[in-house]
Amino acid sequence: AARVGELEAEIAEIQAAAALRVATGSNLTAPAPEAEGAYGLGRAALVEEIAAWDVDVLPDGRGLPEGKGDVWTGEEVFADRCASCHGDFAEGVDNWPVLAGGFDTLGDEDPVKTVGSYWPHLSTAWDYISRSMPFGEAGTLTADETYAIVAYILYSNDLVDEDFELNHENFADFNMYNMDGFVIDDRPDLEYAAWRSEPCMENCKDEVKITMRSVFLVETPPEGGSNSVMNHAAGEELPSFTAAGPSFIPEGAKATQAVAQDTAAPAALADDGADLIADGQKVFKKCAACHKVGEGAKNASGPQLNGIVGRTIGGVEGFKYSKVFQAALEEGRVWDEAALTEFLAKPKSYMKGTKMAFSGLKKETDLTAVIAYLASLGE
Amino acid sequence: QGPDPLITELQDWASYTGAGVDETPYGMPISFESHVVRRNVEWLTASPISSINFTPIHALDGTITPQGCAFERHHSGAIELRKEDYRLMVNGLVDRPLVFTYDDLERFPRENHVYFCECAANTGMEWAGAQLNGVQFTHGMIHNMEYTGIPLRTLLREAGADISPDKWVYVEGADASSNGRSIPMEKALDDVLVAFKANGEALRMEHGYPVRLVVPGWEGNMWVKWLRRIEVTDVAVESREETSKYTDVYEDGTARKWTWVMDAKSVITSPSPQMPIKHGAGPLVISGLAWSGHGQITRVDVSKDGGITWETARLGKQGDTKALTRFYLDTQWDGKPMLLQARAMDETGYVQPTKDQLREQRGENAVYHNNCIQTWYVSAEGIAENVETS
Repeated sequence: AARVGELEAEIAEIQAAAALRVATGSNLTAPAPEAEGAYGLGRAALVEEIAAWDVDVLPDGRGLPEGKGDVWTGEEVFADRCASCHGDFAEGVDNWPVLAGGFDTLGDEDPVKTVGSYWPHLSTAWDYISRSMPFGEAGTLTADETYAIVAYILYSNDLVDEDFELNHENFADFNMYNMDGFVIDDRPDLEYAAWRSEPCMENCKDEVKITMRSVFLVETPPEGGSNSVMNHAAGEELPSFTAAGPSFIPEGAKATQAVAQDTAAPAALADDGADLIADGQKVFKKCAACHKVGEGAKNASGPQLNGIVGRTIGGVEGFKYSKVFQAALEEGRVWDEAALTEFLAKPKSYMKGTKMAFSGLKKETDLTAVIAYLASLGE
Repeated sequence: QGPDPLITELQDWASYTGAGVDETPYGMPISFESHVVRRNVEWLTASPISSINFTPIHALDGTITPQGCAFERHHSGAIELRKEDYRLMVNGLVDRPLVFTYDDLERFPRENHVYFCECAANTGMEWAGAQLNGVQFTHGMIHNMEYTGIPLRTLLREAGADISPDKWVYVEGADASSNGRSIPMEKALDDVLVAFKANGEALRMEHGYPVRLVVPGWEGNMWVKWLRRIEVTDVAVESREETSKYTDVYEDGTARKWTWVMDAKSVITSPSPQMPIKHGAGPLVISGLAWSGHGQITRVDVSKDGGITWETARLGKQGDTKALTRFYLDTQWDGKPMLLQARAMDETGYVQPTKDQLREQRGENAVYHNNCIQTWYVSAEGIAENVETS
């Protein structure tokens, strides 16, 4: 009892120390020292290097190279370089972005946010296309091609006429449709101020009802990825909640049984050849303490097993075999699959007097697998 | 019930030898855990090369995300860039435009910090109501690692940058998407890191090897990977990723821009749809994660009845700022259905809002920055489902 008391006191001490660490701790490390001047590391960036990398374009057009492109040229370049994803008319293919239209949809349930309807600065389009497009061939467009593509995108949004030409001189004058559509983050005023009061802990609501159930169930197969499946249980009635608890307890949960649960890859042995060998490699762990395999494998307490399937029994040079193995060697017997299967199932009865201490593999699947693995090994 | 053969019978693993030390030079999780992986949702994007996957947060505990299962988001695929081929340029409004090699970076004083990185679109699908049934899919665009890196201000100072408060730092990646974002000078001088290690080892390819930016508490898109250029500018560049994307549309069609901070948020990771209760009534550990881009998590409350009553959970480790905090509610389950919710509070006193509160402010079109309280319905059988409540 005294010992228990001591232990308890000790534990209390440890916990108090831990609590203190928690109260005073943080993930801040000691700050790196600030140098008086520069460290003198790195080297001067050359003018050509800055020119090669500093190609971003600012909203007022600074950074644009000289050049020009008209709508008709743009249509051709767009068809050639952009349309496979964005469509001939910038309408978007599959899930790829729509670049045109969507005006007056920004307040709708599913706003269509295109270069025309949403983007506040023309520089963004030029900058992005020149640096990041086409997808998979970034950085290959000339300045003129980029001007032409941007002109065509404006045209496909009905923002310019068909004879429009975009160039470095008229670029900055172009005003985008949604240029005034943005406000700078106003969460501090609208939200933070309102959401700082001490939250309710008890009797916060009279009743809570479930108003919507998961639209998709998600299957998570062992090989990775996921499959979304419609949740057919959506209509099923679920209880509402009050301080007294749930209004009723639904019987069973048949429909929700389909809810994805993670499952590990099945441990069962597969028939597939490669899997069989892999399984055999695992089974071989039972043998690995005594038998070596692979390149340069040496004899250990058992002989090395490279090329064992088809090998003469007792034939490995330099290994001191038991008498029963020496006899088998003299008879010229060979380790074929049948012999190995029988031996590995019950070593001591198949080779009476063997020094091998192993008691045998009980499962047939293990036998098949380990022999397949051994057969896969080279000489 | 007879004696357990797992105890009374000699088992293979107790008799035969296991794997040798030369078998796995770099270890992977044991095969029994092979389902704990990042997963993607194919129909979300046009191509897996410009897409996102989700961290299996339901199956993890503690706070540190192993790199191998930390979510990935990239716009033109994850690239292989050797340290020897790596160059970092600092230019723009600086006295000395500079080029650094990877080796140069390792000679600057460095720091270690644990930070969460959350995609601004995390939970974005839920604006339209309960969608995907799994916390990995509703909240898995997040990871939390210990980064080793150089304060960005050190490199700005090295180049003699104009650090007046109206200036911006534009950061850009070396991959084909050339993802670039503008960061206001105040933040750039504060806690931003130019990082080259995560959880003690080199960054993974998919997280920006060899060098990425770490922008604590701010949306993941700004954490530019394969960082190749830092430019001091006098205006925001208004790049594609800060205008056409990562802006939040209101119900009236106007949009918020420069919504950089990730507000306080929490979610119960177990029980959850992928983590049903299998043991029936009795002792139950309810566990989850909480985080805030404004600093420390100070409190997490958990409700079992959809928000009628709340109990304060136990925080796994307090004091981490802009990092994941683990919480536990150690409780007794009566075996009856539950509506599980978690509600986080941060050091600014901010309380995680309900879905209704958020919608009242922003409508349902925002896509980004959904930090609402999440609800799981747990049946008497212990099966959890993503639901929305009144």
